[in-house]
Amino acid sequence: MSHHIVEVKDLFFNYPDNIPVLKNISFRITHGESVAIVGANGTGKTTLLLHLNGYLVPASGSVRIGDFPVTKNTLNSVRRTVGMVFQNSDDQLFMPTVRDDVAFGPLNLGIPPEEVEKIVENSLTRVGALGLKDRPPYKLSGGEKKAVAIAGVLAMSPDILVMDEPTANLDPRARRRLIRLLSSFEHTKIIATNDLDMALDLCGRTIVMHNGEIMADGTTKDIFSNGEILEKSQLERPLVMQKCPVCNSEY
Amino acid sequence: MAKIDSAFFNLGYLDRLSYLDTPVHRLDPRSKLITSLIFIFVIVSFHKYEISMLLPFMLFPVSIASLGEIPFAYLAKKIMIVAPFAVMVGIFNPVFDRGILMHIGDTGISGGWISFISIMLRFILTISAVFILISTTGFTGVCLALERMKVPKIFAVQLLFLYRYIFVLIEEVHSMMAARALRSFNGRGMGHKVAGGIIGHLLLRTIDRARRIHLAMHCRGFEGDIHIMRAMKFRPADALFIVAWSSAFLCFRFYDIPGIIGKVTGGMFR
Repeated sequence: MSHHIVEVKDLFFNYPDNIPVLKNISFRITHGESVAIVGANGTGKTTLLLHLNGYLVPASGSVRIGDFPVTKNTLNSVRRTVGMVFQNSDDQLFMPTVRDDVAFGPLNLGIPPEEVEKIVENSLTRVGALGLKDRPPYKLSGGEKKAVAIAGVLAMSPDILVMDEPTANLDPRARRRLIRLLSSFEHTKIIATNDLDMALDLCGRTIVMHNGEIMADGTTKDIFSNGEILEKSQLERPLVMQKCPVCNSEY
Repeated sequence: MAKIDSAFFNLGYLDRLSYLDTPVHRLDPRSKLITSLIFIFVIVSFHKYEISMLLPFMLFPVSIASLGEIPFAYLAKKIMIVAPFAVMVGIFNPVFDRGILMHIGDTGISGGWISFISIMLRFILTISAVFILISTTGFTGVCLALERMKVPKIFAVQLLFLYRYIFVLIEEVHSMMAARALRSFNGRGMGHKVAGGIIGHLLLRTIDRARRIHLAMHCRGFEGDIHIMRAMKFRPADALFIVAWSSAFLCFRFYDIPGIIGKVTGGMFR
């Protein structure tokens, strides 16, 4: 199942103003892994994610998704393999109704409409949003929007899910529901986030970024127990790993 | 702020109306669109001093609105909101066109006033037809109908996106206005200068958002064509709707119905 593998090698990237954003990034994510990419704001997490589906092209270095290097010619198969969920769901839900939006990807892939109808129903059922099918996106709550956005990505049956801050702006219950939903997926997951508690719940492995470089890469538990790394990368221990505020007992 | 708020909610209301289920709503969007276009075209074709022959056309908006359960008060309010534009178009006619065209009792009525009233009548008729079209079909339905009728896709899609993001934009404007109002005191900070800044900022944000939406579209296999699944069924009732109304419009256009009614009723009293 090599097509679930994500491999980034010696990746460098600068925006047109020549300020380096990503420096010497290398990692390899294998089939079925869940990896959190954490780091302070502006360390290049989103920029890194945009390389994974070929939206940005590295200045040097390479990105491989499964059997293909990401180049112009492989873009279509890469984008089909890598499903991307954006931070702001409003950017992702651009069609007039939920159904149209979920159908957008499959129709672009050339799947016949009768088939697409089934895919739409399945995807919406998987995220528990079938009841929203005929609603316009602007009438949905934040959690509902996120669920529909994920359905839209699932509809393309990707092998790898890439998510940018999926829990941002969700209320606690919607957040919990999303975490449960994500943990039920068997896809390879790459999640850029500052919600370290979610990272702890969902991801066995964590990559810490700092100033455009990878500062640490290891099991989530090890990294979040390492005070020095957290301090340097401007992070804090996840709440569940902190002292209990009531009884003051240690984690 | 309150104004933006209510405009926002009214747009939502327009959308809600389009989800009603009435005989008018069930018609194919294309038949409503074609009929409305013919209606508008016929109304615009009258010469500029026409008033009485326009009156029978009221039948169309009035009957469709009542069949489609569109509240008249809402419709009237919407028309009032756009009315200033029509008034601006016609307001100078009475000043420039002073030739007396008719008399009511001893008062002479100038051509300018007649054409002004004619403009206002046409405006009310056409705008109400458009509002009724949208509120019985839904904006999306109208756009899809346009697309099916071979209007270049780019226009239809552009309208769809406009409608999708107008809500997001209004929300954004709303929160920016609120942020400004909360930090403005004694009218300071509410001036044009700041408004200019806000508009500029809004433009930049919009461009940025457009970039992200474009990216999101590419991520899901967009290659220049938007496919929308929507079954549209053109049934005999739709054809009947178009034919019946169009012939009514032509009849109103070429026969002076109010004049005939006037003659007949006048004859009865003679």
